[in-house]
Amino acid sequence: MYVAVKGGEKAIDNAHAWLDELRRGDTDIPEMSIAQIRSQLALSVDRVMAEGSLYDPDLAALAIKQSRGDLIEAIFLIRAYRTTLPRFGGSAPIKTADMACMRRISATFKDVPGGQVLGPTFDYTHRLLDFKLAAEGVPSKAEKAGVVGDEVKPHITDFLNQEGLIQTEPGSDATPPDLTREPLELPASRALRLQALTRGDEGFVLGMGYSTQRGYGRNHAFVGELRIGDVAVEMEIPELGFSVEIAEIEVSECETVNQFAGSKTEPPQFTRGYGLVFGQSERKAISMALLDRALRWKELGEDNSDSPAQDEEFVLYHCDNIQATGFVEHIKLPHYVDFQAELELVRTLRKEATEANAQREAAK
Amino acid sequence: MNSEYNFAYLDEQTKRMIRRALLKGVAIPGYQVPFASREMPMPYGWGTGGVQVTAACLTPDDTLKVIDQGADDTTNAVSIRKFFEKTAGVAVSDETAKATVIQTRHRIPERDLSENQIIVYQVPIPEPLRFLEPRETETRKMHALEEYGLMHVKLYEDIARHGHIATSYAYPVMIEGRYVMDPSPIPKFDNPKMEMAALQLFGAGREQRIYAVPPYTKVVSLDFEDYPFEKGGATQGCGLCDAQDSYLDEMIMDDSGARMSVCSDSDYCRERRDAGYVGEMGVPQKTVTEDAA
Repeated sequence: MYVAVKGGEKAIDNAHAWLDELRRGDTDIPEMSIAQIRSQLALSVDRVMAEGSLYDPDLAALAIKQSRGDLIEAIFLIRAYRTTLPRFGGSAPIKTADMACMRRISATFKDVPGGQVLGPTFDYTHRLLDFKLAAEGVPSKAEKAGVVGDEVKPHITDFLNQEGLIQTEPGSDATPPDLTREPLELPASRALRLQALTRGDEGFVLGMGYSTQRGYGRNHAFVGELRIGDVAVEMEIPELGFSVEIAEIEVSECETVNQFAGSKTEPPQFTRGYGLVFGQSERKAISMALLDRALRWKELGEDNSDSPAQDEEFVLYHCDNIQATGFVEHIKLPHYVDFQAELELVRTLRKEATEANAQREAAK
Repeated sequence: MNSEYNFAYLDEQTKRMIRRALLKGVAIPGYQVPFASREMPMPYGWGTGGVQVTAACLTPDDTLKVIDQGADDTTNAVSIRKFFEKTAGVAVSDETAKATVIQTRHRIPERDLSENQIIVYQVPIPEPLRFLEPRETETRKMHALEEYGLMHVKLYEDIARHGHIATSYAYPVMIEGRYVMDPSPIPKFDNPKMEMAALQLFGAGREQRIYAVPPYTKVVSLDFEDYPFEKGGATQGCGLCDAQDSYLDEMIMDDSGARMSVCSDSDYCRERRDAGYVGEMGVPQKTVTEDAA
């Protein structure tokens, strides 16, 4: 006799218990603390905050711990938590020109007011495994070479602007749309596109940005400026009638300067791509700027070369890793019913085909 | 019930936003209403759209039934049911007749639904034209202009190539003579049931769309005069309850590949077995008196 499969509930509970045991791992090894993750896996924490769209390093560290280091899973935890938070209002736009920069470089000018600051970068390290780290050696200390970050560093593209060589971006006081509160409808404004890209998957945005460099929607970019540092977040309190500083956050900002030969509507001048990401993530900021610039083809009257990076619908509908991972992975859920329907269809079609063949054979 | 979250998890503002979309959907049957889908604590593809619609519909007096592939004990159905037990504290039931709200993935229960029931479908891809035209900007235009020629060409090509319309689930339907709609991936066997007394609501979380079919709305599965729609279905009865009118799942029983077909609707099968029906491979249910003895 056949007994229908039961016990989904028990299986789920047991699976969760096992998962939790594996998350903790070998109990002879000390447990990781949130503070350890936050300070020693800071770039993971930054990625989770950026793509989770929530600036909270402690929660991001907790999510990384809970997800066993699976960053997309951690981002998902943060997103699910974020939706439950009440909204008190919107902050004033952050002023990245006032950033206390820990890193600030330009690929277009050798020297600029405020100077170049290399900052803590992997760029010129030799990628050799450092076995000293395996031995959990002495903490390394960097010597301080004067005060960094106090001096105001104006945006480098502003210098180009003095000659009118770079396109001026139209300002607007309109409240920007909010991707997390309104459904995505196309065509999207640039503000909405940038919002989608900054929380988009780092790998996806990187791949798309890369494709523009290899000729799929090429826009030949120079990194006009890349800066990383802290900025103040201010919010206007209606009862007070003025803005007060409510937080300080770390962001990475990239402005690209792109060649532009001019078009029917615009004179030849430089144009920009823009990337802004929570935390320290210049890979993402640069990729985002490349992709932003590629997506602006219509506004600048450029040709559409049918490249994926120029295709707003393609990019915006596929850059979110939480949506992507959910839908890709959902095909492991039961599809017994649909499959049964397909089975019946294929059997019918095969039966008819076999019969038709047999008749043809017989007629020979 | 867990009081860290609002009733049925979502905050009241969000529920209001979803209800507005639902009302619009009911007012324009078959039209896909964009809504600001929220990130839910389960992944996209697991029924986040359905869960949001259910959350917006539930009241504390409701009785909820959740099925996946027709069954109440499928892992994801268990997980969603638990979620609402925890966050809404509503009564739950496996019995189709007792439920006031039924959330489903891939099936419509065999038993007829009544006017005081709501059935919520989980929808992966709400756009019936998506696989003919990948662009949302285009498909919205096609719906607006009632330009469904492409769909008929597809069905015609199926017939030309296979002698049949080669769509066996998520079979497109025309709602009240206006919108072509995706009924979600239910087997086409279930399509005729869609003209029903209950309110049918559809939620697609990742795609941010809600749509609805009000009670007694005309639902026509697309076909041609000379190739009328056929609902298909198994030719034998259920191995456990002998139902001849129910959608069956095929199970592989042993290494030699012996098969058995059983009702996909587990509650319908149970009800029939309780009533004394026995299939070829079933055993008679013990009666209560025997149990006591």
